[in-house]
Amino acid sequence: MTKITSLADLRRIKSDVEAKMSLRERSETPESMVQIRVAMATCGIASGAKIVMDYMIDELDKRNIPAVVTQTGCMGYCYAEPTIEITRPGHGPIVFGFVDSKKADQIIEKYIKNGELLDGIIPVNYENIEGKK
Amino acid sequence: MTQYKMHLLVCGGTGCRASESELLFHNLKKEVFEKGLENDVQVITTGCFGFCEKGPIVKVMPDNTFYTQVKPDDAIEIIAEHVIKGRRVTRLLYVNPETEQHVADSKHMGFYRKQLRIALRNCGFIDPENIEEYISRDGYAALAKCLTEMTPAQVIEEMKKSGLRGRGGGGFPTGLKWEITSKSQADQKYVVCNADEGDPGAFMDRSILEGDPHSVIEAMAICGYCIGATKGIVYIRAEYPLAVERLKIAMKQAVEFGLLGKNIFGTGFEFEIDIRYGAGAFVCGEETALIHSMEGLRGEPTIKPPFPSVSGYLEKPTNVNNVETFANVPVIIIKGAEWFASIGSEKSKGTKVFALAGKINNVGLIEVPMGTTLRDIIFEIGGGIKDGKKFKAVQTGGPSGGCLTEKHLDIAIDFDSLTAAGSMMGSGGMIVLDEDDCMVSIAKFYLDFTVEESCGKCAPCRIGNKRLNEMLEKICEGKGTMKDLDLLRNLSHVVKDTSLCGLGQTSPNPVLSTMDNFYDEYLAHIVDHRCPSGQCKALLQYVIEAENCVGCTACARNCPVNAIAGERKGIHVIDQATCIKCGACLEKCKFNAVFIK
Repeated sequence: MTKITSLADLRRIKSDVEAKMSLRERSETPESMVQIRVAMATCGIASGAKIVMDYMIDELDKRNIPAVVTQTGCMGYCYAEPTIEITRPGHGPIVFGFVDSKKADQIIEKYIKNGELLDGIIPVNYENIEGKK
Repeated sequence: MTQYKMHLLVCGGTGCRASESELLFHNLKKEVFEKGLENDVQVITTGCFGFCEKGPIVKVMPDNTFYTQVKPDDAIEIIAEHVIKGRRVTRLLYVNPETEQHVADSKHMGFYRKQLRIALRNCGFIDPENIEEYISRDGYAALAKCLTEMTPAQVIEEMKKSGLRGRGGGGFPTGLKWEITSKSQADQKYVVCNADEGDPGAFMDRSILEGDPHSVIEAMAICGYCIGATKGIVYIRAEYPLAVERLKIAMKQAVEFGLLGKNIFGTGFEFEIDIRYGAGAFVCGEETALIHSMEGLRGEPTIKPPFPSVSGYLEKPTNVNNVETFANVPVIIIKGAEWFASIGSEKSKGTKVFALAGKINNVGLIEVPMGTTLRDIIFEIGGGIKDGKKFKAVQTGGPSGGCLTEKHLDIAIDFDSLTAAGSMMGSGGMIVLDEDDCMVSIAKFYLDFTVEESCGKCAPCRIGNKRLNEMLEKICEGKGTMKDLDLLRNLSHVVKDTSLCGLGQTSPNPVLSTMDNFYDEYLAHIVDHRCPSGQCKALLQYVIEAENCVGCTACARNCPVNAIAGERKGIHVIDQATCIKCGACLEKCKFNAVFIK
């Protein structure tokens, strides 16, 4: 084990561990960052949702974008799996269908980074109980 | 390094461990491994989440799902449903008692909404046995900042500006204490951490040591730097085995990382920490008694002055601070005194941890800004009184404090407002009482405790408390007179004024405050020979209502002392001279014929 002999040593350990802890840190304030939900029901997994989820987690980390990636159950768009729902801070959620790694890359670059919309958005076809008065 | 996609945090506090959280942790690990998820899912043990009422707790990150009362067997379902399929296990979610709806996210729970966690910032968030997780939360950065950028005088100034006051009960300004000790001249000085938490029902210090031991170690080193000490000692009660174990692991890791020992951060500063065990004597929470106990002498207090900051352990200048006080220090250094001073009330800065216990729905550990009202604590965070009963009083400050009643519910709690209301902050125990509690018995309960715990050195405490206790007993038995009430009050003041240490000086507080707030109850016991809440056994009478009695003989058959006479299908009668008031007849009667008079 390395001894800490200076402030620089302490900072190095901190930055090493930070990546491991960032998931927990970010979960404390999910409203302030991009939230991504990957539909991981049987249909989603069969169509490759797990690969997309792994890709999103790795790439967002590499590109230094603070985001919370969680999995969820079937969203009902089984015809368009894998589907992911993205909520940018202060915006409503948007669902993308037929997402593969290539599509995920575009989503990150265009929508997540700049808010530009791109093809493949599934229009919301339901109301949820929170919106119902 | 493995990038986990999901973290499962399992509470490893003493409360949850008692409900098999350790086995749950192993089951979760096993299940993760069997499903081949060990690179995706990290399972760790953390310190106390505070919501002990519904333990064991499992928190799932990143979606913040808060599972309550999880059994070891539930591990399979959590992994299969939540982790693999992404579906929350609804039956394990917390149910909001008002709306009866499941609450998935801890952020939406009333229990957490009004809390602000400073001293408990890492409890339930990091693995207390992993120093790296502490470092990732700015751990040891405060120590580094002090050693490399600040002089001891500057650190003390910062502490004074922050307004931090001792959390052990007295509320003495921490910065001032450090300054006094730093000015004492000696070849060796000591930093002592008082982890002898003795108040019945208080467990905040234990939880901090179990959940975030490094914060205390770091703060002790900072204190050592300020006052010029190279040795620190944690005085901890041996009844806290888990806290001791975690503290030892943390100390070992700190030494391995070079954060304790010689030449810390290459600055030449050295500091080491040792542990001393207490045998669980309440009086040893008093600093002079604590120091004697550490020296191997009897745990008895001595007159102050000299204060420990001048002559303490081995007659050297010694700075004694409580666990929770220390836990606040690193944050103050990192975030600054202004930030800390902006939280809380005018004269009490920051937050306070309270242990909620008694007749309250959410028993547990909470941390709120100073100045929060009792109403918020009891009814918002605490979720109100159990079984929909009526709130009667809350005892703060343990055996040294007093009770607060309905009329005090809206005072903003801090050191001074509690004292003004006739109670005290103490270490932060809060025992909530409902309409079924007899206040005379409560006063007697605390007196029993102090009589037991008095070290016996000074006469007022040794004899005075005993006499007070005898008088209360007399009143509880219905043999008290009005003269006893005067005597009780006078003797209480004598014990308070003449006792040697804090134990005796505060032990009559429960008597005085119950007399002030519930004088009617004392009168009822003495004048009417009646206990209004039906707690004092000697004053109860179990009676059978002739109209309702059908002569089923259930009561007579279940009476352990054969005090009930009566023919089958005839009216039964209880012989009051034989009756031991066990209540078995009341419990067995199906016709509501037995009642308490």
